[in-house]
Amino acid sequence: MSFAEFKEIAWNGLWKQNPGLVQLLGLCPLLAVSSTVVNAVSLGLATTLVMTLSNAAIAPVRSYVPNEVRIPVFVLIIAVLVTVVQYLMNAYLYGLYIVLGIFVPLIVTNCIVLARAESFASNNPILPSAFDGMMMGLGLTAVLGTLGALREIMGKGTLLSGIDLVFGDEAKAWVIHVIPDYHGFLLAILPPGAFIGLGLIIAGKNWLDLRTADKARRQPAPAAQPEAAQG
Amino acid sequence: MKRIVRSSLQTSANLVFFAIIGTAILSATYYLTHDTIAATVERAKLKLVSQLVPPASYDNDIMQDVRTLAPDELLGTEEPTQAHIARRGGKPVAVVLEAIAPDGYSGKIALIMAIHPDGTLGGVRVVAHNETPGLGDYIDIAKDDWITTFDGRSRSLFPDEYWKVRKDGGVFDYMSGATVTPRAVIKAVNRALRYFDAHRDELFVADARPVKGEQR
Repeated sequence: MSFAEFKEIAWNGLWKQNPGLVQLLGLCPLLAVSSTVVNAVSLGLATTLVMTLSNAAIAPVRSYVPNEVRIPVFVLIIAVLVTVVQYLMNAYLYGLYIVLGIFVPLIVTNCIVLARAESFASNNPILPSAFDGMMMGLGLTAVLGTLGALREIMGKGTLLSGIDLVFGDEAKAWVIHVIPDYHGFLLAILPPGAFIGLGLIIAGKNWLDLRTADKARRQPAPAAQPEAAQG
Repeated sequence: MKRIVRSSLQTSANLVFFAIIGTAILSATYYLTHDTIAATVERAKLKLVSQLVPPASYDNDIMQDVRTLAPDELLGTEEPTQAHIARRGGKPVAVVLEAIAPDGYSGKIALIMAIHPDGTLGGVRVVAHNETPGLGDYIDIAKDDWITTFDGRSRSLFPDEYWKVRKDGGVFDYMSGATVTPRAVIKAVNRALRYFDAHRDELFVADARPVKGEQR
């Protein structure tokens, strides 16, 4: 595995094939939990951990799993890992566990996890697979975090509210009141706000991609221009 | 035919193998985290209880001094719940019990409250709810201190017909836009107080006998 290949995997996960913006997989938790940055990033990181572990666990056993039962085996491995993560969160991050609630066990049903197991880990060695899981997870986390920040600022006028659930009561002071004395914009916090926000982020990504492509096309132009002028 | 049987047997053996490994990993994790989880849950509950009954006001181990309450219509419970008794020098200071408001705007609202022996409320907290964020969720102490209006109230202070929101002729404030939620909470707290009045003596006896409920 060369450096270039790892770079390719990272680029795919974070931007080109971003699960939240391009593949549009695993949107159920994305839209439900992204009402604040803390919730969004926490669920994103939990999903990243599961994806890294599940890809790393599936890659080494891929040649021992009969093709006909590979999906049940993959789901089994993912379910085990999610439950392990759930136990650990319940034990050490209780406040967050309560807030994320049902969405932690629901990581099992997040199709992006199975999608990466099926399309990447089942054909690749362990290291690139784990790396792919991590990068896809981080890509998803980045989208979740952005959407969470967008919704939290618009909906509540704050950033990082609920951070004390992760770092304990002393972290309550870390909450940033972006817009002081804000009365809230309910739509941003309700599920429709998530859809609208995600739509805007996707539009933003597409616009950036188009602009980059446009620039790339115009690149040779300066050399060609004088000729055109002469002609 | 023989080959098909053999290959399907092999496949199922394979599945079983993965299932066994998975189960082993899960059991190990459960075994390793079990005690920590129990301790964390207990600590979270104690933290909640200490908001309702100041830790300085009692000297017993409130987490151990429990009474099992059978499901009761007045509490809105369908499963047995646990009541914690706070005592100072053996004399009861308060009982902390759980109640459920079944008629929230979106489903059940789980409450926990402390009641002093004279029937006064030490305080009420919402433990779990699905009320609309920004509208009905002001019953949650994390969002608003509305729930503290119950502090110090009792049935002897306000007869049952005043346990309503102001709009309905009662004594309780509410926020415009969401009256279903406070109505449900107020009713549930009032019912729990009626339960308390009916079972006061059984609740505070020193030996831990389950308290029978009434189900109609």
